[in-house]
Amino acid sequence: MSLFPAARSNRASLRMLGPDGQPLARKYFAEKSGKDLDADEVVRGYEVNKGKYVVVTDEELERLQPEKTRDIDLKQFVPADSIPPLYFERGYFLTPAAGSQKAYKLLAETMDQSELAGVATFVMRGKEYLVAIFSDNGILRAETMRFADEIRSPSDVGLPKKKDVPKATVTKFEKLIKNKAKKQFSPAKKLQDKQTDDLLKLVKKKEKKRGSVVEVETGGDSDRKVIDLVQVLKKSLAGKSS
Amino acid sequence: MAARAIWKGQLKIGTTKVPVKLYSAVQDRTVRFNILDDRNKMRVKQHMIDPDSGDEVPNEEIQKGYEIEPGKFVILTAEDLEALQPPPSRDIEIEEFVDQAKISQQWFARPYYLGPDDGDKEYFALAEALQNQEKEGIAHWVMRNKYYAGALRAIDDYLYLFTLRDAKEVISAAELQKPTGAAPTQKELAMAKQLVEMLRGEFKASDYKDEYRERVEKFIQQKAKGHAPRLKAVRTKPKTNALGSALEKSLAALKKGKRAA
Repeated sequence: MSLFPAARSNRASLRMLGPDGQPLARKYFAEKSGKDLDADEVVRGYEVNKGKYVVVTDEELERLQPEKTRDIDLKQFVPADSIPPLYFERGYFLTPAAGSQKAYKLLAETMDQSELAGVATFVMRGKEYLVAIFSDNGILRAETMRFADEIRSPSDVGLPKKKDVPKATVTKFEKLIKNKAKKQFSPAKKLQDKQTDDLLKLVKKKEKKRGSVVEVETGGDSDRKVIDLVQVLKKSLAGKSS
Repeated sequence: MAARAIWKGQLKIGTTKVPVKLYSAVQDRTVRFNILDDRNKMRVKQHMIDPDSGDEVPNEEIQKGYEIEPGKFVILTAEDLEALQPPPSRDIEIEEFVDQAKISQQWFARPYYLGPDDGDKEYFALAEALQNQEKEGIAHWVMRNKYYAGALRAIDDYLYLFTLRDAKEVISAAELQKPTGAAPTQKELAMAKQLVEMLRGEFKASDYKDEYRERVEKFIQQKAKGHAPRLKAVRTKPKTNALGSALEKSLAALKKGKRAA
């Protein structure tokens, strides 16, 4: 089984460039001496008291990691719409490994028909994740979830207790909602990031203008390809490894 | 301790306005480290350098560029970026309402609480109305120089505003094709349903703990006191490599448990 992000990363990410257009790098330095520090000259510290740090090494963190396993440990099944959206963090599509297409399809179909989502834990990049697995059009999608102690309650936030409200005010809002109710929700229309679209349009316009484009030697990684996530996913779902 | 509001605005439904305050509904518990200079264990700073010369590039000389192909950038000036910013507004515009289940989990990005500002009668009435109708509102607003789209939903008497992802970023399952292979038979489906029913329950978030985070926190505390435990290398469990087998294993273990009881 493989995992693929269910969303493309930020479409409008900008690079920091120097005066001649050369891509810049971030570097640590010591504040007092101004000395630049390489990766092997810095350590990771947890502040236990003001200015007092406990150093934790890479090896220690690695050894605290959960056992490495690719298993998705299904704990329970719950009604698919019963998990409040507060918990969802990020989506991943699951694709079957060679030879497990049948089990994959069976699970997806079963969850579809019984309108259930699976709750599972699994280990990815050294971290244990809690996920809800949904069957989406015959394809399994895992949504990573926040843990209970990462969600604030209304009293944590300090919201006032509910008071009885006049029936007439509720009715007024119910009428407003009915007036503006739509049967269908169209993300393509309603969830357009106009700001990003405008930025990309501006890039297109400036691309043709002299003085707005800089080109630099890319060294060895000039054959870096832009990965089309949808194509990769389609291949993987069809059982072809890329 | 009550949280501080991060923004103030007003819900606008047609001509009706409800003043609200916005609060984060989540609290990141990731164990955060600082980067220290190994020689004196002092905090370090970061700056931008030219990787070829190693020289620092001061802030005023840094430009921002969009990479159109490897090594080729379109420069966007500060004026360009400022011109792209939306005009400031305090309105959270609710254009329409849809049934709660219409928005897939995939779209939800970050949850916020809305709290009443300047009288709470209208606030709780709107929450009650949304709950009665099992609807959520599609919202658009501008916050800190950025456009946002979101879902307004009432849960347990309170209003939440969830930011929603950009339609061009989210990959919908409809764009993909179902895995190849034979469809499961009716008999297989009936059996699988029965097995899944055995694991059926109610979702309770408090049943799950971030054990890795707890281990890291405990280790740090012990190390701070000067007696860090010796840690063993992590074992790698044999890969079973199949979702189905994991499911089968869980179910087999469960059945065994039931039989033993």
